[in-house]
Amino acid sequence: MDVFDIFLLEAVVNGILLGGLLALLSLGLNLIFGVIDVVWICYAELIMIGMYAVYALHVQLGWPLPVAMLGGIVVVAALGALMHQFVIRPVLSAEPINQLLVTGGVLFFLQAAATLAFGIEFKNLGVKLPPIAIGEMSFSMPRIIAFVVALAGVAATWLFLTRTYMGTAIRAISQDRQIMPLMGVNPDRVFVVTSALGGALAGLGACLLVLQYDIHPAIGLSFGPITFVICVLGGLGNMLGGLVAAFIFAQFISVGGFVFHIEWGYVIAFAFFIAVMFWRPQGILGRK
Amino acid sequence: MLAVRNVSAGYGSFQALFGVSLEVNAGESVAVIGPNGAGKSTLLRAISKLIDLMDGEVTMQGRSLKGVPAHEVIAHGISQVPENRRLFARLTVEENLKMGAFLPAARAKYGERLAFVYSLFPRMQERRAQLAGTLSGGEQQMCAIGRALMSGPKLLLLDEPSAGLAPVIVQSIFELVRRICHEGYTVLIVEQNIRQVLKVVDRAYLLETGRIKSSGAAAELLDSDQIRKTYLGI
Repeated sequence: MDVFDIFLLEAVVNGILLGGLLALLSLGLNLIFGVIDVVWICYAELIMIGMYAVYALHVQLGWPLPVAMLGGIVVVAALGALMHQFVIRPVLSAEPINQLLVTGGVLFFLQAAATLAFGIEFKNLGVKLPPIAIGEMSFSMPRIIAFVVALAGVAATWLFLTRTYMGTAIRAISQDRQIMPLMGVNPDRVFVVTSALGGALAGLGACLLVLQYDIHPAIGLSFGPITFVICVLGGLGNMLGGLVAAFIFAQFISVGGFVFHIEWGYVIAFAFFIAVMFWRPQGILGRK
Repeated sequence: MLAVRNVSAGYGSFQALFGVSLEVNAGESVAVIGPNGAGKSTLLRAISKLIDLMDGEVTMQGRSLKGVPAHEVIAHGISQVPENRRLFARLTVEENLKMGAFLPAARAKYGERLAFVYSLFPRMQERRAQLAGTLSGGEQQMCAIGRALMSGPKLLLLDEPSAGLAPVIVQSIFELVRRICHEGYTVLIVEQNIRQVLKVVDRAYLLETGRIKSSGAAAELLDSDQIRKTYLGI
Protein backbone atom coordinates (compact mmCIF):
# COMPACT_ATOMS: atom_id res chain seq x y z
CA MET A 1 0.00 0.00 0.00
CA ASP A 2 2.94 2.31 0.74
CA VAL A 3 4.23 1.95 -2.78
CA PHE A 4 0.79 2.69 -4.26
CA ASP A 5 0.55 5.92 -2.30
CA ILE A 6 3.90 7.23 -3.39
CA PHE A 7 3.06 6.67 -7.06
CA LEU A 8 -0.32 8.29 -6.57
CA LEU A 9 1.46 11.25 -5.01
CA GLU A 10 3.76 11.34 -8.00
CA ALA A 11 0.74 11.42 -10.30
CA VAL A 12 -0.82 14.26 -8.31
CA VAL A 13 2.41 16.28 -8.42
CA ASN A 14 2.74 15.61 -12.15
CA GLY A 15 -0.86 16.79 -12.52
CA ILE A 16 0.00 20.01 -10.73
CA LEU A 17 3.03 20.50 -12.97
CA LEU A 18 0.89 19.90 -16.06
CA GLY A 19 -1.79 22.23 -14.66
CA GLY A 20 0.66 25.13 -14.55
CA LEU A 21 1.57 24.65 -18.19
CA LEU A 22 -2.05 24.27 -19.29
CA ALA A 23 -2.93 27.40 -17.30
CA LEU A 24 -0.38 29.37 -19.31
CA LEU A 25 -1.56 27.93 -22.64
CA SER A 26 -5.20 28.77 -21.94
CA LEU A 27 -4.44 32.24 -20.57
CA GLY A 28 -3.56 33.79 -23.92
CA LEU A 29 -6.57 32.31 -25.69
CA ASN A 30 -8.84 33.42 -22.85
CA LEU A 31 -7.36 36.90 -22.84
CA ILE A 32 -7.95 37.37 -26.55
CA PHE A 33 -11.48 36.01 -26.39
CA GLY A 34 -12.36 38.02 -23.29
CA VAL A 35 -11.20 41.26 -24.83
CA ILE A 36 -11.85 40.94 -28.56
CA ASP A 37 -14.68 38.41 -28.42
CA VAL A 38 -13.17 36.24 -31.13
CA VAL A 39 -11.99 32.66 -30.55
CA TRP A 40 -8.65 31.99 -32.16
CA ILE A 41 -9.13 28.35 -33.12
CA CYS A 42 -5.57 28.50 -34.48
CA TYR A 43 -4.05 29.47 -31.10
CA ALA A 44 -2.18 26.19 -30.70
CA GLU A 45 -0.74 26.63 -34.20
CA LEU A 46 0.81 29.87 -33.00
CA ILE A 47 2.50 27.77 -30.32
CA MET A 48 3.63 25.34 -33.02
CA ILE A 49 5.15 28.21 -35.01
CA GLY A 50 6.87 29.37 -31.83
CA MET A 51 8.40 25.92 -31.35
CA TYR A 52 9.73 25.96 -34.90
CA ALA A 53 11.03 29.49 -34.40
CA VAL A 54 13.03 28.40 -31.35
CA TYR A 55 14.26 25.36 -33.29
CA ALA A 56 15.27 27.43 -36.31
CA LEU A 57 17.05 30.08 -34.24
CA HIS A 58 18.83 27.62 -31.97
CA VAL A 59 19.59 24.61 -34.14
CA GLN A 60 19.75 26.13 -37.62
CA LEU A 61 21.15 29.58 -36.84
CA GLY A 62 23.11 28.52 -33.78
CA TRP A 63 21.79 31.17 -31.39
CA PRO A 64 22.22 30.32 -27.69
CA LEU A 65 19.05 28.65 -26.41
CA PRO A 66 17.85 31.46 -24.08
CA VAL A 67 18.29 34.04 -26.86
CA ALA A 68 16.56 31.76 -29.35
CA MET A 69 13.67 31.39 -26.91
CA LEU A 70 13.36 35.16 -26.50
CA GLY A 71 13.43 35.38 -30.28
CA GLY A 72 10.68 32.77 -30.50
CA ILE A 73 8.49 34.78 -28.12
CA VAL A 74 9.03 37.94 -30.18
CA VAL A 75 8.19 36.09 -33.41
CA VAL A 76 4.89 34.77 -32.05
CA ALA A 77 4.00 38.12 -30.44
CA ALA A 78 4.48 39.77 -33.83
CA LEU A 79 2.46 36.98 -35.43
CA GLY A 80 -0.34 37.69 -32.93
CA ALA A 81 -0.35 41.39 -33.82
CA LEU A 82 -0.36 40.58 -37.55
CA MET A 83 -3.12 38.06 -36.99
CA HIS A 84 -5.30 40.78 -35.53
CA GLN A 85 -4.39 43.41 -38.08
CA PHE A 86 -4.91 41.33 -41.20
CA VAL A 87 -7.25 38.48 -40.25
CA ILE A 88 -9.42 39.52 -37.31
CA ARG A 89 -9.87 43.22 -37.95
CA PRO A 90 -11.66 42.76 -41.30
CA VAL A 91 -14.17 40.35 -39.68
CA LEU A 92 -14.61 42.14 -36.34
CA SER A 93 -18.24 42.94 -37.02
CA ALA A 94 -18.95 39.73 -38.96
CA GLU A 95 -21.01 36.82 -37.70
CA PRO A 96 -19.23 34.73 -35.00
CA ILE A 97 -19.34 31.65 -37.23
CA ASN A 98 -17.44 33.53 -39.94
CA GLN A 99 -14.85 34.69 -37.43
CA LEU A 100 -14.41 31.11 -36.29
CA LEU A 101 -14.03 29.86 -39.85
CA VAL A 102 -11.44 32.50 -40.66
CA THR A 103 -9.27 31.52 -37.70
CA GLY A 104 -9.83 27.88 -38.69
CA GLY A 105 -8.45 28.81 -42.10
CA VAL A 106 -5.38 30.28 -40.42
CA LEU A 107 -4.92 26.99 -38.55
CA PHE A 108 -4.51 25.04 -41.79
CA PHE A 109 -2.53 27.85 -43.38
CA LEU A 110 0.02 27.79 -40.55
CA GLN A 111 0.22 23.99 -40.63
CA ALA A 112 0.81 24.05 -44.36
CA ALA A 113 3.35 26.85 -44.08
CA ALA A 114 5.26 24.94 -41.38
CA THR A 115 5.23 21.78 -43.48
CA LEU A 116 6.56 23.74 -46.43
CA ALA A 117 9.32 25.34 -44.40
CA PHE A 118 10.39 22.44 -42.17
CA GLY A 119 8.97 19.27 -43.71
CA ILE A 120 7.03 16.59 -41.86
CA GLU A 121 9.95 14.96 -40.02
CA PHE A 122 10.02 15.33 -36.27
CA LYS A 123 12.48 17.95 -35.07
CA ASN A 124 13.90 18.52 -31.64
CA LEU A 125 16.41 20.72 -29.91
CA GLY A 126 18.50 17.78 -28.79
CA VAL A 127 18.44 19.11 -25.24
CA LYS A 128 18.31 16.39 -22.61
CA LEU A 129 17.71 17.39 -19.03
CA PRO A 130 18.12 14.78 -16.27
CA PRO A 131 15.07 13.86 -14.17
CA ILE A 132 14.91 14.85 -10.53
CA ALA A 133 14.42 12.11 -7.96
CA ILE A 134 12.77 12.82 -4.64
CA GLY A 135 12.74 9.68 -2.53
CA GLU A 136 11.21 7.02 -4.72
CA MET A 137 9.46 9.57 -6.94
CA SER A 138 10.98 10.84 -10.13
CA PHE A 139 10.03 14.07 -11.89
CA SER A 140 10.93 15.33 -15.33
CA MET A 141 13.14 18.41 -15.25
CA PRO A 142 11.51 20.10 -18.32
CA ARG A 143 8.13 19.71 -16.61
CA ILE A 144 9.35 21.38 -13.45
CA ILE A 145 10.87 24.23 -15.48
CA ALA A 146 7.64 24.50 -17.46
CA PHE A 147 5.60 24.72 -14.27
CA VAL A 148 7.74 27.41 -12.66
CA VAL A 149 8.10 29.53 -15.81
CA ALA A 150 4.42 29.14 -16.72
CA LEU A 151 3.33 30.37 -13.30
CA ALA A 152 5.79 33.25 -13.56
CA GLY A 153 4.27 34.08 -16.96
CA VAL A 154 0.76 33.97 -15.53
CA ALA A 155 1.83 36.20 -12.61
CA ALA A 156 3.56 38.67 -14.93
CA THR A 157 0.45 38.86 -17.10
CA TRP A 158 -1.68 39.45 -14.04
CA LEU A 159 0.63 42.25 -12.88
CA PHE A 160 0.51 43.82 -16.33
CA LEU A 161 -3.27 43.66 -16.45
CA THR A 162 -3.75 45.14 -12.98
CA ARG A 163 -0.85 47.57 -12.56
CA THR A 164 -0.43 49.34 -15.91
CA TYR A 165 -2.65 51.78 -17.76
CA MET A 166 -2.66 49.62 -20.88
CA GLY A 167 -3.45 46.51 -18.84
CA THR A 168 -6.33 48.25 -17.10
CA ALA A 169 -7.57 49.46 -20.48
CA ILE A 170 -7.47 45.86 -21.73
CA ARG A 171 -9.73 44.81 -18.86
CA ALA A 172 -11.94 47.87 -19.28
CA ILE A 173 -12.47 47.46 -23.02
CA SER A 174 -13.86 43.98 -22.50
CA GLN A 175 -16.61 45.57 -20.39
CA ASP A 176 -17.52 48.59 -22.53
CA ARG A 177 -15.94 48.98 -25.92
CA GLN A 178 -17.92 52.00 -27.11
CA ILE A 179 -16.95 54.54 -24.48
CA MET A 180 -13.22 53.80 -24.57
CA PRO A 181 -12.55 56.77 -26.89
CA LEU A 182 -13.97 59.06 -24.18
CA MET A 183 -11.00 57.97 -22.03
CA GLY A 184 -8.61 58.82 -24.84
CA VAL A 185 -8.12 55.14 -25.60
CA ASN A 186 -7.87 53.99 -29.19
CA PRO A 187 -9.68 50.62 -29.15
CA ASP A 188 -7.79 49.45 -32.20
CA ARG A 189 -4.48 49.87 -30.43
CA VAL A 190 -5.70 48.02 -27.34
CA PHE A 191 -6.78 45.12 -29.56
CA VAL A 192 -3.39 44.95 -31.26
CA VAL A 193 -1.58 45.03 -27.90
CA THR A 194 -3.89 42.31 -26.56
CA SER A 195 -3.25 40.15 -29.61
CA ALA A 196 0.50 40.64 -29.32
CA LEU A 197 0.34 39.75 -25.63
CA GLY A 198 -1.72 36.65 -26.44
CA GLY A 199 0.92 35.80 -29.04
CA ALA A 200 3.76 36.35 -26.56
CA LEU A 201 2.09 33.95 -24.13
CA ALA A 202 1.80 31.37 -26.92
CA GLY A 203 5.48 31.96 -27.61
CA LEU A 204 6.38 31.41 -23.97
CA GLY A 205 4.30 28.22 -24.02
CA ALA A 206 6.22 27.15 -27.12
CA CYS A 207 9.56 27.60 -25.32
CA LEU A 208 8.37 25.30 -22.54
CA LEU A 209 6.83 22.67 -24.81
CA VAL A 210 9.83 22.50 -27.09
CA LEU A 211 11.86 21.21 -24.12
CA GLN A 212 9.46 18.29 -23.72
CA TYR A 213 8.15 17.38 -27.16
CA ASP A 214 9.38 16.84 -30.67
CA ILE A 215 8.10 19.38 -33.17
CA HIS A 216 6.00 18.55 -36.19
CA PRO A 217 3.49 20.62 -38.19
CA ALA A 218 0.43 18.99 -36.63
CA ILE A 219 1.60 19.19 -33.02
CA GLY A 220 -0.91 21.98 -32.37
CA LEU A 221 -3.63 19.34 -32.53
CA SER A 222 -2.18 17.60 -29.46
CA PHE A 223 -2.83 20.55 -27.16
CA GLY A 224 -5.13 22.89 -29.13
CA PRO A 225 -8.34 21.06 -28.15
CA ILE A 226 -7.25 20.77 -24.51
CA THR A 227 -6.45 24.48 -24.36
CA PHE A 228 -9.82 25.35 -25.83
CA VAL A 229 -11.72 22.95 -23.59
CA ILE A 230 -10.02 24.39 -20.50
CA CYS A 231 -11.07 27.90 -21.52
CA VAL A 232 -14.66 26.78 -21.97
CA LEU A 233 -14.56 24.80 -18.73
CA GLY A 234 -13.45 27.85 -16.77
CA GLY A 235 -15.87 30.15 -18.56
CA LEU A 236 -14.65 31.37 -21.95
CA GLY A 237 -12.93 34.73 -21.47
CA ASN A 238 -12.67 34.32 -17.70
CA MET A 239 -8.96 34.18 -16.95
CA LEU A 240 -9.29 33.12 -13.31
CA GLY A 241 -11.74 30.40 -14.35
CA GLY A 242 -9.24 29.17 -16.94
CA LEU A 243 -6.58 28.92 -14.25
CA VAL A 244 -8.79 26.85 -11.96
CA ALA A 245 -10.00 24.68 -14.83
CA ALA A 246 -6.43 24.00 -15.99
CA PHE A 247 -5.48 22.51 -12.63
CA ILE A 248 -8.68 20.47 -12.35
CA PHE A 249 -8.36 19.16 -15.89
CA ALA A 250 -4.69 18.30 -15.41
CA GLN A 251 -5.53 16.22 -12.32
CA PHE A 252 -8.09 14.23 -14.29
CA ILE A 253 -5.51 13.53 -16.96
CA SER A 254 -2.70 12.70 -14.58
CA VAL A 255 -4.45 10.84 -11.76
CA GLY A 256 -7.03 9.30 -14.12
CA GLY A 257 -4.20 8.11 -16.30
CA PHE A 258 -2.40 6.65 -13.27
CA VAL A 259 -5.37 4.85 -11.73
CA PHE A 260 -6.55 3.34 -15.02
CA HIS A 261 -4.36 3.68 -18.06
CA ILE A 262 -2.53 6.63 -19.53
CA GLU A 263 -5.02 6.99 -22.43
CA TRP A 264 -7.91 6.76 -20.01
CA GLY A 265 -6.79 9.97 -18.34
CA TYR A 266 -7.86 11.96 -21.39
CA VAL A 267 -11.11 10.03 -21.75
CA ILE A 268 -12.04 10.79 -18.15
CA ALA A 269 -10.98 14.41 -18.44
CA PHE A 270 -13.10 15.02 -21.53
CA ALA A 271 -16.05 13.10 -20.06
CA PHE A 272 -15.79 15.42 -17.06
CA PHE A 273 -15.80 18.38 -19.44
CA ILE A 274 -18.98 17.16 -21.15
CA ALA A 275 -20.65 16.58 -17.79
CA VAL A 276 -19.79 20.12 -16.68
CA MET A 277 -21.24 21.48 -19.90
CA PHE A 278 -24.60 19.92 -18.98
CA TRP A 279 -24.39 21.18 -15.43
CA ARG A 280 -22.91 24.65 -16.00
CA PRO A 281 -22.83 25.51 -19.71
CA GLN A 282 -21.27 28.90 -18.89
CA GLY A 283 -18.28 27.21 -17.27
CA ILE A 284 -17.16 26.84 -13.67
CA LEU A 285 -16.57 30.53 -13.02
CA GLY A 286 -18.37 31.86 -16.10
CA ARG A 287 -20.92 34.62 -16.05
CA LYS A 288 -24.18 34.03 -17.85
CA MET B 1 -14.23 78.11 -25.77
CA LEU B 2 -16.47 75.64 -27.58
CA ALA B 3 -18.29 76.61 -30.73
CA VAL B 4 -20.77 74.37 -32.49
CA ARG B 5 -21.66 75.74 -35.90
CA ASN B 6 -24.50 74.49 -38.02
CA VAL B 7 -24.04 70.89 -36.97
CA SER B 8 -26.20 68.17 -38.48
CA ALA B 9 -25.73 64.62 -37.32
CA GLY B 10 -27.54 61.33 -36.86
CA TYR B 11 -27.31 57.58 -37.08
CA GLY B 12 -27.12 56.04 -40.52
CA SER B 13 -29.94 57.55 -42.56
CA PHE B 14 -31.72 58.86 -39.46
CA GLN B 15 -30.95 62.52 -38.87
CA ALA B 16 -31.28 63.74 -35.28
CA LEU B 17 -29.71 67.21 -35.44
CA PHE B 18 -30.49 69.89 -38.02
CA GLY B 19 -28.05 72.80 -38.21
CA VAL B 20 -27.46 73.24 -34.50
CA SER B 21 -25.28 76.14 -33.40
CA LEU B 22 -24.25 77.04 -29.89
CA GLU B 23 -21.37 78.45 -27.93
CA VAL B 24 -19.86 77.89 -24.53
CA ASN B 25 -17.52 80.54 -23.12
CA ALA B 26 -14.70 79.85 -20.70
CA GLY B 27 -15.88 79.62 -17.11
CA GLU B 28 -19.54 79.35 -18.08
CA SER B 29 -21.99 76.61 -17.30
CA VAL B 30 -24.43 76.04 -20.11
CA ALA B 31 -27.33 73.62 -20.39
CA VAL B 32 -29.04 72.16 -23.42
CA ILE B 33 -32.56 71.35 -22.34
CA GLY B 34 -35.37 69.69 -24.18
CA PRO B 35 -37.70 66.72 -24.17
CA ASN B 36 -36.74 63.10 -24.61
CA GLY B 37 -35.61 62.42 -28.18
CA ALA B 38 -34.81 66.04 -28.99
CA GLY B 39 -31.25 65.09 -29.95
CA LYS B 40 -29.48 66.27 -26.80
CA SER B 41 -27.32 63.19 -26.33
CA THR B 42 -26.64 63.08 -30.05
CA LEU B 43 -25.28 66.61 -29.77
CA LEU B 44 -22.77 65.59 -27.09
CA ARG B 45 -21.80 62.48 -29.04
CA ALA B 46 -21.20 64.64 -32.09
CA ILE B 47 -18.98 67.01 -30.07
CA SER B 48 -16.99 64.02 -28.73
CA LYS B 49 -16.82 62.54 -32.25
CA LEU B 50 -18.45 59.31 -31.11
CA ILE B 51 -20.62 59.84 -34.18
CA ASP B 52 -19.67 61.58 -37.42
CA LEU B 53 -21.03 64.96 -38.38
CA MET B 54 -23.13 65.12 -41.52
CA ASP B 55 -22.51 68.82 -41.80
CA GLY B 56 -21.19 71.76 -39.82
CA GLU B 57 -18.18 72.18 -37.59
CA VAL B 58 -17.11 71.99 -33.95
CA THR B 59 -14.19 74.08 -32.73
CA MET B 60 -12.51 73.99 -29.35
CA GLN B 61 -10.48 77.06 -28.42
CA GLY B 62 -10.41 78.04 -32.05
CA ARG B 63 -9.13 74.67 -33.27
CA SER B 64 -11.43 72.69 -35.52
CA LEU B 65 -12.17 69.12 -34.49
CA LYS B 66 -12.64 68.17 -38.12
CA GLY B 67 -10.81 64.91 -38.84
CA VAL B 68 -9.90 64.41 -35.17
CA PRO B 69 -10.62 60.78 -34.19
CA ALA B 70 -12.83 60.20 -31.13
CA HIS B 71 -9.97 59.08 -28.89
CA GLU B 72 -8.05 62.32 -29.50
CA VAL B 73 -10.89 64.69 -28.61
CA ILE B 74 -10.05 64.38 -24.91
CA ALA B 75 -6.54 65.67 -25.67
CA HIS B 76 -8.23 68.90 -26.81
CA GLY B 77 -9.51 69.36 -23.25
CA ILE B 78 -13.00 67.97 -23.73
CA SER B 79 -14.08 65.25 -21.31
CA GLN B 80 -17.50 63.63 -21.37
CA VAL B 81 -19.54 61.93 -18.65
CA PRO B 82 -21.64 59.61 -20.78
CA GLU B 83 -25.33 58.93 -20.44
CA ASN B 84 -26.07 56.30 -17.78
CA ARG B 85 -22.57 56.84 -16.38
CA ARG B 86 -21.15 53.79 -18.14
CA LEU B 87 -18.64 52.90 -15.45
CA PHE B 88 -16.52 49.80 -15.87
CA ALA B 89 -18.60 47.70 -13.50
CA ARG B 90 -15.97 45.04 -12.85
CA LEU B 91 -13.14 47.48 -12.24
CA THR B 92 -12.68 49.13 -8.86
CA VAL B 93 -13.53 52.78 -8.25
CA GLU B 94 -9.86 53.68 -8.34
CA GLU B 95 -9.28 51.72 -11.56
CA ASN B 96 -12.17 53.59 -13.14
CA LEU B 97 -10.53 56.85 -12.12
CA LYS B 98 -7.24 55.58 -13.50
CA MET B 99 -8.87 54.99 -16.88
CA GLY B 100 -9.87 58.65 -16.89
CA ALA B 101 -6.17 59.49 -16.67
CA PHE B 102 -5.14 57.26 -19.58
CA LEU B 103 -3.57 60.03 -21.66
CA PRO B 104 0.20 60.34 -21.12
CA ALA B 105 -0.19 64.00 -20.08
CA ALA B 106 -2.78 62.98 -17.49
CA ARG B 107 -0.70 60.08 -16.15
CA ALA B 108 1.97 62.52 -15.07
CA LYS B 109 -0.57 64.28 -12.84
CA TYR B 110 -2.39 61.16 -11.68
CA GLY B 111 -1.59 61.45 -7.97
CA GLU B 112 -2.43 65.11 -7.76
CA ARG B 113 -5.76 64.76 -9.58
CA LEU B 114 -6.73 61.63 -7.69
CA ALA B 115 -6.26 63.59 -4.46
CA PHE B 116 -8.41 66.38 -5.91
CA VAL B 117 -11.22 64.02 -6.92
CA TYR B 118 -11.10 62.40 -3.49
CA SER B 119 -11.27 65.80 -1.81
CA LEU B 120 -14.28 66.63 -4.00
CA PHE B 121 -15.95 63.28 -3.32
CA PRO B 122 -14.66 61.81 -0.03
CA ARG B 123 -17.13 58.97 -0.53
CA MET B 124 -15.06 57.80 -3.49
CA GLN B 125 -11.99 57.51 -1.32
CA GLU B 126 -13.91 55.32 1.13
CA ARG B 127 -15.04 53.13 -1.74
CA ARG B 128 -11.83 53.17 -3.74
CA ALA B 129 -11.23 49.39 -3.68
CA GLN B 130 -14.89 48.52 -4.31
CA LEU B 131 -16.09 47.34 -7.72
CA ALA B 132 -17.86 50.21 -9.47
CA GLY B 133 -20.83 47.98 -10.28
CA THR B 134 -21.62 47.68 -6.57
CA LEU B 135 -21.97 51.45 -6.01
CA SER B 136 -25.34 53.13 -5.54
CA GLY B 137 -26.66 55.26 -8.40
CA GLY B 138 -25.55 58.52 -6.84
CA GLU B 139 -22.10 57.17 -6.04
CA GLN B 140 -21.77 55.91 -9.59
CA GLN B 141 -22.46 59.41 -10.85
CA MET B 142 -19.73 60.78 -8.55
CA CYS B 143 -17.34 58.15 -9.86
CA ALA B 144 -18.25 58.94 -13.47
CA ILE B 145 -17.73 62.67 -12.93
CA GLY B 146 -14.49 61.95 -11.09
CA ARG B 147 -13.31 59.78 -13.95
CA ALA B 148 -13.99 62.59 -16.41
CA LEU B 149 -12.09 65.07 -14.22
CA MET B 150 -9.00 62.85 -14.11
CA SER B 151 -7.94 64.03 -17.56
CA GLY B 152 -7.87 67.62 -16.31
CA PRO B 153 -10.42 68.85 -18.85
CA LYS B 154 -11.08 72.45 -19.77
CA LEU B 155 -14.62 71.60 -20.76
CA LEU B 156 -16.78 69.01 -19.07
CA LEU B 157 -19.71 67.50 -20.98
CA LEU B 158 -22.42 65.99 -18.81
CA ASP B 159 -25.00 63.79 -20.48
CA GLU B 160 -28.22 63.53 -18.45
CA PRO B 161 -26.56 63.19 -15.04
CA SER B 162 -29.92 62.82 -13.29
CA ALA B 163 -31.31 60.13 -15.60
CA GLY B 164 -32.33 56.89 -13.95
CA LEU B 165 -31.73 58.12 -10.40
CA ALA B 166 -34.20 58.27 -7.52
CA PRO B 167 -35.71 61.75 -6.91
CA VAL B 168 -33.85 62.10 -3.60
CA ILE B 169 -30.56 61.42 -5.35
CA VAL B 170 -31.35 63.77 -8.25
CA GLN B 171 -31.31 66.68 -5.83
CA SER B 172 -27.80 65.78 -4.66
CA ILE B 173 -26.59 65.25 -8.23
CA PHE B 174 -27.52 68.82 -9.11
CA GLU B 175 -25.75 69.93 -5.96
CA LEU B 176 -22.70 68.09 -7.34
CA VAL B 177 -23.04 69.83 -10.69
CA ARG B 178 -23.23 73.18 -8.94
CA ARG B 179 -20.01 72.40 -7.09
CA ILE B 180 -18.26 71.39 -10.30
CA CYS B 181 -19.28 74.71 -11.86
CA HIS B 182 -18.03 76.59 -8.80
CA GLU B 183 -14.70 74.76 -9.05
CA GLY B 184 -14.17 76.82 -12.17
CA TYR B 185 -14.83 74.13 -14.77
CA THR B 186 -16.54 75.10 -17.96
CA VAL B 187 -19.57 72.84 -18.20
CA LEU B 188 -21.96 71.90 -20.97
CA ILE B 189 -24.80 69.85 -19.54
CA VAL B 190 -27.64 68.14 -21.30
CA GLU B 191 -30.79 67.51 -19.25
CA GLN B 192 -34.47 66.87 -19.45
CA ASN B 193 -34.89 67.70 -15.79
CA ILE B 194 -35.39 71.30 -16.87
CA ARG B 195 -36.49 73.03 -13.70
CA GLN B 196 -33.57 71.67 -11.70
CA VAL B 197 -30.86 72.24 -14.26
CA LEU B 198 -31.90 75.84 -14.91
CA LYS B 199 -31.30 76.61 -11.25
CA VAL B 200 -27.70 75.46 -11.57
CA VAL B 201 -26.41 76.83 -14.89
CA ASP B 202 -25.77 80.35 -16.25
CA ARG B 203 -27.33 79.96 -19.68
CA ALA B 204 -29.36 77.42 -21.61
CA TYR B 205 -30.45 76.42 -25.08
CA LEU B 206 -33.78 74.77 -25.75
CA LEU B 207 -33.48 71.91 -28.24
CA GLU B 208 -36.60 70.46 -29.86
CA THR B 209 -36.68 67.82 -32.60
CA GLY B 210 -33.06 68.49 -33.46
CA ARG B 211 -33.26 72.26 -33.69
CA ILE B 212 -32.42 75.07 -31.25
CA LYS B 213 -35.75 76.74 -30.47
CA SER B 214 -34.62 79.41 -28.04
CA SER B 215 -31.79 80.39 -25.76
CA GLY B 216 -31.00 82.81 -22.99
CA ALA B 217 -29.95 83.25 -19.40
CA ALA B 218 -31.16 80.42 -17.20
CA ALA B 219 -33.23 82.70 -15.00
CA GLU B 220 -34.98 84.23 -18.04
CA LEU B 221 -35.81 80.83 -19.48
CA LEU B 222 -37.14 79.68 -16.14
CA ASP B 223 -39.53 82.63 -16.24
CA SER B 224 -40.45 82.46 -19.91
CA ASP B 225 -43.99 81.47 -20.78
CA GLN B 226 -42.84 79.06 -23.49
CA ILE B 227 -40.79 76.96 -21.07
CA ARG B 228 -43.21 77.26 -18.16
CA LYS B 229 -46.20 76.10 -20.17
CA THR B 230 -44.57 73.34 -22.18
CA TYR B 231 -42.10 71.89 -19.75
CA LEU B 232 -42.82 72.95 -16.24
CA GLY B 233 -46.60 72.62 -16.41
CA ILE B 234 -47.32 75.97 -14.75
